[in-house]
Amino acid sequence: MAANTIKPVPVPTLETRPYWEGCQRHELRIQRCAACGQHQFFPRIYCSKCFNDRVEWVTASGRAKVLSFTIVRRPVSAAFAGEIPYVVALVTLDEGPTMMTNIVGSAPDQVEIGMPVEVTFEDWTEEISIPKFRPAQARSEPL
Amino acid sequence: MRGTTTESLKNKVAIVGAADTEVGVVPHLSATQLYVKAAKLALEDAGITKNDVDGLITCISFVEPFMYHAEMIAEYMQIFPRYCMTAPSGGGTTLAIMHHAASAIVTGMCDTVLITMADSQLSGLSRDKAIEAMSGAGHPQFERPYGPPIPAFYALLARAHEHAYGTTAAQRAAVAVACRKHASMNPAAQMRKPITVDDVLNSRMISDPLHLLDCSLVSDGGAAIIMTSAERARDFKQKPIYLLGTGEGHSHEHISQAISLTTSAAKEAGERAYAMAGIGPHDIDVAELYDCFTPVVIIELEDLGFCPKGEGGRFVEGGRIELGGELPINTHGGLLSHCHPGHPGSLFSVTEAVRQLRGECGPRQVKDAKVALVHGQGGIMSTHCTAILGREQL
Repeated sequence: MAANTIKPVPVPTLETRPYWEGCQRHELRIQRCAACGQHQFFPRIYCSKCFNDRVEWVTASGRAKVLSFTIVRRPVSAAFAGEIPYVVALVTLDEGPTMMTNIVGSAPDQVEIGMPVEVTFEDWTEEISIPKFRPAQARSEPL
Repeated sequence: MRGTTTESLKNKVAIVGAADTEVGVVPHLSATQLYVKAAKLALEDAGITKNDVDGLITCISFVEPFMYHAEMIAEYMQIFPRYCMTAPSGGGTTLAIMHHAASAIVTGMCDTVLITMADSQLSGLSRDKAIEAMSGAGHPQFERPYGPPIPAFYALLARAHEHAYGTTAAQRAAVAVACRKHASMNPAAQMRKPITVDDVLNSRMISDPLHLLDCSLVSDGGAAIIMTSAERARDFKQKPIYLLGTGEGHSHEHISQAISLTTSAAKEAGERAYAMAGIGPHDIDVAELYDCFTPVVIIELEDLGFCPKGEGGRFVEGGRIELGGELPINTHGGLLSHCHPGHPGSLFSVTEAVRQLRGECGPRQVKDAKVALVHGQGGIMSTHCTAILGREQL
């Protein structure tokens, strides 16, 4: 099979393994600095703000807002051809960090900047589940 | 401003040779041959031989990669430089190496530098290989699983700029129209048939809100320049074109880590270059801006101070960026219409700026062009370099 018919399955590293282990359990985990309180993503050995080493893994709320998005009409590779059109977005987590993701569970033309979204997981392999975001469900708790 | 190397390079270095190979569809030359042909043409333009070169800088080739690329080109040409460096990648880095070359000349690492860059992205790769290559962009764990083709990264910027400032598709299209108009006046350009705003808006949607004609070309081609000290430059055949200012800015590698989607490190790069040159945006006669996608030009015009933040969309309307307008940009046609072989992209902007400042551009000559600004960016608006070039020392 040609390489570009296979989706790019992430290979966890020493540094990212806790993130992917969280995803496997359908938990979105990011880092928080115990010294200054900053949340960060991607994972890093130190806090990117105060450079302290007291970074801890925490489970994020999974709530976010769409920062920007695009509707992909021409797939990046044959592996994604069946999903056209799909939404590639940047979302800002309620905790602060930004992530790239796909917006799922919505017609692509219904996606808007500022739209509240929540995490959902797509299981790719036994080890790897990919966090994606869908429109936030009817609010069960105050914003 | 923090980190400005004020006047350290100003007036001290000049470009004394500049040339492009044929560009566009060039199936009869390999990537390596394009590097060497560009080098030969630049040496001839400067009126020197390969043995007069004691510094060599190349960019990496995607199509014919070598671990030690510059060394490989030196070996191929049988030259034996005392300064030899390969620039890793991208439009920003490619232009930033002029900064390195100038520093190498001023510090005495070498006297005469050949910078040559080429690739054969169009003829050297199969269509599938090219698409596969595009899928290599983005963080392998945190971006690529979401399937972003390269235009999608830039579409995220375009959408954010639209949302923040009301920038429109027609305004982005005006950038493509201007570049094509200039390409139509340049016999060397890959795409020369004039287009209209409607042509852009009616072209296929690639990654909302970017249409096909908002995206740059895929090309073959090479460009090269020769740089030496201002003092030595007087002995060359060509009238020297002086480096007046240069500066860099680096803000992130991955777009999902960018601090802002609508303001880039072009701001810092430009401020550093202006500070070194001691001039400002109003002194620029012609600008060759990195135009891999139309929204990039709008953001660069703002960040480089040609208009206030958020006004870039309105700035590009009404022919202001076309020949005869207030600030002609991309007079060769840019990456959108002249050619885009990948890593070398910015160097064609440099060779065009040199030709404009020498007054060699015929029908597309900017009248009495004295000062040109060239800007390159690489990654996804990640790494920026601005250079200001002049017909005279300031």
